[in-house]
Amino acid sequence: MTEMVFGTQPVRAGDPILPRWWRTIDRWTLLCVLALFGIGMLLGLAASPPLAEKNGFQPFHYVQRQAVFGAMAFVVMLLVSMMSPRQVRRIGVLGFVLAFVALVFLPVFGTDFGKGAVRWYSLGFGSFQPSEFLKPCFVILAAWLMAASQEIGGPPGKAWSLILAAVIALFLALQPDFGQAALVLFSWGVIYFVAGAPFLLLTLLAGLAVAGGMLAYNSSEHFARRIDGFLSPEVDPRTQLGYATNAIQEGGFFGVGVGEGTVKWSLPDAHTDFIIAVAAEEYGLVLVLAIIGLYALITSRALFRLMRERDPFIRLAGAGLACAFGVQALINMGVAVRLLPAKGMTLPFVSYGGSSVIASGLALGMLLALTRTRPQGGIEDILLKQRSGPWHGRDS
Amino acid sequence: MIRTPLRPLARILSARAKGENPDAIERENLRLRHEEMRDRQRLRAEGRLLILGLLFFGAFTVVGARMGTLAASEPMEPVAAASGASILAQRADIVDRKGRVLATNLATHSLYAQPPLMVDPDRAALELARIFPDLDADRLRADFTGSRKFLWIKRRLSPEQMQAVHDIGDPGLLFGPREMRLYPNGTLAAHVLGGAGFGREGVTSAEVVGTAGVEKQFDTWLRDPANGGRPLELSLDLSVQAAVEAVLAGGMRLMNAKGATAVIMDVRTGEVISLASLPDFDPNARPAPLAGRDPSDSPLFNRAVQGVYELGSTFKAFTVGQALDLGLVSPETLIDTRGPLKWGRFTIRDFRNYGPQLTVREVLVKSSNIGTARIVAMTGAERQQAFLKALGFFEPTSLEIAEAPTGRPLLPRKWSEIVMLTASYGHGLSASPLHLAAAYATIGNGGVRVMPTILRRTVPPEGGARVMSAEAAATLVSIMRETVAHGTATFADVPGYAVAGKTGTADKPDPRGGYYDDRVIATFAGVFPAHDPAYSIVVTLDEPVETSGTEPRRTAGWTAVPVAAEIIRRTAPLLGLRPEVEQGTGAGLIRVRN
Repeated sequence: MTEMVFGTQPVRAGDPILPRWWRTIDRWTLLCVLALFGIGMLLGLAASPPLAEKNGFQPFHYVQRQAVFGAMAFVVMLLVSMMSPRQVRRIGVLGFVLAFVALVFLPVFGTDFGKGAVRWYSLGFGSFQPSEFLKPCFVILAAWLMAASQEIGGPPGKAWSLILAAVIALFLALQPDFGQAALVLFSWGVIYFVAGAPFLLLTLLAGLAVAGGMLAYNSSEHFARRIDGFLSPEVDPRTQLGYATNAIQEGGFFGVGVGEGTVKWSLPDAHTDFIIAVAAEEYGLVLVLAIIGLYALITSRALFRLMRERDPFIRLAGAGLACAFGVQALINMGVAVRLLPAKGMTLPFVSYGGSSVIASGLALGMLLALTRTRPQGGIEDILLKQRSGPWHGRDS
Repeated sequence: MIRTPLRPLARILSARAKGENPDAIERENLRLRHEEMRDRQRLRAEGRLLILGLLFFGAFTVVGARMGTLAASEPMEPVAAASGASILAQRADIVDRKGRVLATNLATHSLYAQPPLMVDPDRAALELARIFPDLDADRLRADFTGSRKFLWIKRRLSPEQMQAVHDIGDPGLLFGPREMRLYPNGTLAAHVLGGAGFGREGVTSAEVVGTAGVEKQFDTWLRDPANGGRPLELSLDLSVQAAVEAVLAGGMRLMNAKGATAVIMDVRTGEVISLASLPDFDPNARPAPLAGRDPSDSPLFNRAVQGVYELGSTFKAFTVGQALDLGLVSPETLIDTRGPLKWGRFTIRDFRNYGPQLTVREVLVKSSNIGTARIVAMTGAERQQAFLKALGFFEPTSLEIAEAPTGRPLLPRKWSEIVMLTASYGHGLSASPLHLAAAYATIGNGGVRVMPTILRRTVPPEGGARVMSAEAAATLVSIMRETVAHGTATFADVPGYAVAGKTGTADKPDPRGGYYDDRVIATFAGVFPAHDPAYSIVVTLDEPVETSGTEPRRTAGWTAVPVAAEIIRRTAPLLGLRPEVEQGTGAGLIRVRN
């Protein structure tokens, strides 16, 4: 929570909200997010017509939908970014409760849209994927618990948040959605790491993760096939991975040209999981590197700003949100270039998907709210220490 | 190192001593401790966030670098590999002994449909039903508009049909290349070749699998790519086979027979030059087996190999031959032929009375049952059994076609004296015409066992077992030559080819017990030319009846023998035999001076 400290920042009570927001927001990150969303629309124009054609809509049906969702996501992001950390924490915890309940009732009311995993609620005009919203909200809750546990005499927040993470991961794995489950566990791990996890324990956890992976490999055929496909040196050109690799190679440095790509016609997930392949084929390495640069910039800038953060909750929540965002992009692109085994994971803001883009807007809004410039002490901290004696009448 | 105490006891105690409230001091101390701890944590978190940032930066760099190397590399053509092992469609040809094609492959196309790709399923169904009258438009429409994603429509298309389907112009109708087995000679040698059908089928190719005959027997060999496209060479001679089938078909019609079979075999190598069985079929469109009926009535039934019959008097040659070989008799030994011969409750009669005594030669020439029975009585049951076994009458023939193992001879359970007597003139045991041809080939081969084969042999096989002495075999052939010259088989006396042989007319066994009076198996078995036998021939007619005379004649001399003679007349020149025209007086060349 912000500690109002005398004379450190030009923040005055009664300051108008918008000017203060504009002064303190991380405008670079905001710009990056806008750029990413623009690129997403651009790629949607390229990647979604085959899907629209298959489903019998006019070619840019999904682009229009995405524009609507994007606008909603943007509004959500701006609104959330104007909140104070305390408000962020509140909506995070509230959202967590709602999303968790939605997740629990998925097997009863959810639908699988013929894809073999019950992950969505069908709402008529669109679908709603609770796990997308659960991720940022869980990060907030876990960070709050973890920060509270650092207080002297605080609650055992580490254990509680770990139990929560495990329960969520279990529900997600039951869908099955191992990708989101892994992402939730990863977020918790990041928060725990920043909160000062002992290295020995981290090593143990890494070992546990490997064991869990092997268990999943042995028990789930779906999972095992993907791992096998990844480990085999020869990429089968008929798999999604084969098409994606081929598309990246076809694109070269400057792409085959707008609308000239072919991979979107062969890949069922061209508009979501493999949108980077469409980008690589039509616009070449240039755009891909630009996308990678934007994600790297958002993630690293957020982490850099958080390094100066004094408040443990803000620090932990921000780190968790930034890392979840970055690692999701990283996994998506790593799969397309065969650095990682095939795992369905959307590219935040770029991939098509209502839940995904709005949840990303929520997460980024929270991140922006948490990384706003706040009085952090710095040199003032030292001054504070020196001045604390006379203030509080303490012997020095 | 100076340790800071958890509680500032000194200050608390002094405050207490002064009577002040120490709580403020406690709170202050707690706040300071808390702040110190926060600073520690912040420092640590700063380092860890830096680590995280560097990790992310590194990971993004790796992904970017990987993207770069991929983008810089050449794309490889995405090859849609066929699922599973590819189907080999390179089946070897089958040729006859002179390299003429008996079976080959023809590239055709199959027709399949992918309804999701169809533009106008209704029209496609109607047009298809128009092109293929055997297809039902309603059913096709149901298939095309239903949930099916793929269906076969036709296994093989003619080029005209393919063009017609192509002209429908529906993108959901697709052609798959098919290699089809083609038998360019139609029904010729159908029973030897058998036939082939499709095994595993894919869109791009289908496996051709032999279903019968040589195609089945040599299926693995024919499909083996290691043979490098070498054809399978059969011992058949296509032109001989054509002549045999033509003559046999005519003879079968003339003699009102319900079935006929002929075998011509090289007596030295055992190669089957011709093997015909009527009625026959076209292996290009192999009929389905008859369900619920006697399989031997089906055109698919190979009478020469699968059919076992009591072959009658043709067996007398073996009885006489063995007696000659054992030295029990000479051709001139007199045999008592007074009849009827009674053996227990069993009576043996001759076709007509041949007088009280006949020489061994005359017994065979006139085909006396009583005489043969007397001769076999000298030989004895055990030696007769061993002799017939040595000639191969106790097991299926070794011919390399899939049906050969089913041509198992029917043998009596116990080789009693009655069996001995009846077997001496060919009753009581059944064998296939191919068995008989092989046994006669053994006689023609100077008594050395001949094993029949359908594959071309350039050199006679070594080490055939000797069944009888060369002298006895030669004597037997000379007696059989007399049978043809002025005995029961005079119709077989083809000028110039010195045919030697023996007739056999056997009553057909009635499945209800006993024998039919008016149904016979008429057989001619022989070798030619008699002075140096090269080929053995067996012609068998099933239920023949010759009606040109005043009363129907069924004996082999009137039915099977004329057919065999015509076969020899037609095929001997094709086989490269030189006719030896006996020179009559004044028939020689006259030197004319002018």
